[in-house]
Amino acid sequence: MNLWREVKLVAGKDLRIEARSKVTLQQIVPFGMIVLLLFAFALDPDRGILRRVAPGLFWVTVLLAALLAVSRSFGIEADNGARDGLRLSGLDGPALFLGKAAALAIELLALEVVLTLVVVLVYGIHLNTWLPLTLATIAATIGVAATGTLYGVLAAGLRVRETLVPVLLLPVVAPVLLGATRAWEAAIDGIPSDAWPWVGLLGVFALLFTAIGMLAFGPLLEEA
Amino acid sequence: MTDPTASKRDDMRLLKPVVSTVLGWASLVAVVVLALFGLWGAPPDEVQSDAQRLMYIHVPAAWIAYLAFGVTALGSALWLWPRTRSSVWDRVAGASAEIGVIFTALTLILGSLWGRPVWGVWWAWDARLVTTAVLFFLYLGYLALRRIPTSPESRAKRCSIAALIAFVDVPIVHFSVNWWRTLHQQGTVFNEQLDAKIHGVMAFTLWFGVLAFTLLYVYLLDRRYRLLALDEDREDREVELAIAERVAAERPVGNVSSAPVGGSAQ
Repeated sequence: MNLWREVKLVAGKDLRIEARSKVTLQQIVPFGMIVLLLFAFALDPDRGILRRVAPGLFWVTVLLAALLAVSRSFGIEADNGARDGLRLSGLDGPALFLGKAAALAIELLALEVVLTLVVVLVYGIHLNTWLPLTLATIAATIGVAATGTLYGVLAAGLRVRETLVPVLLLPVVAPVLLGATRAWEAAIDGIPSDAWPWVGLLGVFALLFTAIGMLAFGPLLEEA
Repeated sequence: MTDPTASKRDDMRLLKPVVSTVLGWASLVAVVVLALFGLWGAPPDEVQSDAQRLMYIHVPAAWIAYLAFGVTALGSALWLWPRTRSSVWDRVAGASAEIGVIFTALTLILGSLWGRPVWGVWWAWDARLVTTAVLFFLYLGYLALRRIPTSPESRAKRCSIAALIAFVDVPIVHFSVNWWRTLHQQGTVFNEQLDAKIHGVMAFTLWFGVLAFTLLYVYLLDRRYRLLALDEDREDREVELAIAERVAAERPVGNVSSAPVGGSAQ
């Protein structure tokens, strides 16, 4: 089986579980919406403030929701010996990593579309330049999905998995938060030239951690 | 599979006991001399007066933090490389990271003590400060991972990969934070010219501080290594003892292993 088919198989499995259990749709997406609402409560619901800080709040919310999504992604492997199934499936580490990361990225992108609507409607921002915005979002999402999958498997099988992943993952994705927020700000201000360097940085981050994940996933799964 | 326990006995020490003792005394003397030079030997700074004296420990502390994390990355890489795989490298990586986190914390604390009189604030969103803070949390997570009880082999694998991820992330954090601060505002509080040229006794004191702290680092590394080795040895013995007791107490009864079956958790 070639890599692409293996990746589709693994990603398909995760997405099928999501389609049937609807945990992302019914729990993680509402969680993100509530966080965005709480930010509005915490800050003065004066639209001026919210509009200025909307990109940062949006991406912090995405990261918090991503923690839940990572937890869910490896939670489904924890029960009923699913992890042994993965190990015995004969699929290679890189394919397993890309499959799980792709499923996570697709779920996060769906979440981001919903949260973008909330930010646009409730915080009252205007998204002017679409191309850098979309590319920055996709690159950032791949970066978060890759690092999330990497730390998810690193902590898999440990009893403290749920509390360990955030403390490991959040400092590592600090550059993603920075880059994505600046790119969004530039897009909202309608200055795409300011956004492109950040899109580049996010792209490098995504590629680098995808490569590391492909190398490290197999050996880490053995230990899980 | 774990290494045969017999091979563990020869890597219980990093340095010979006598070398370690000499190093300990040498670093103590060096730190005392540094304190004398830092507090009285070096003249007060023209602009910053006595606050500048904190630099004699702040800069060496920052140097040790970087050195320690470099050694952690090196130890982790050597553990991951099959030909050089040895529990020695895992312990070196772990011991070095502990020292690195302590000295990063020290760097941040000393920096903010210095920043208060000189910049007028405890904390500024300067690129170097932010990078150092992220660095601190990156390796704090690494230490948390090390604390989790698993088999030494499994822990070594997870930790060495985590250490390399952190190491790769540091330049990206540095780069992004630098961009962020330079794109948006020029250093309003932090002024490059504040730490301009230094001469004579001041330069000597600073370099001597780097030397003293490096000695201290090697000494601490050896001590922490020894403690980690003793700790692992103790765990091994306890497990052996517990198994022996169990076997002696329950010889006639067969051991029933139970495999928990969990439902899907949503």
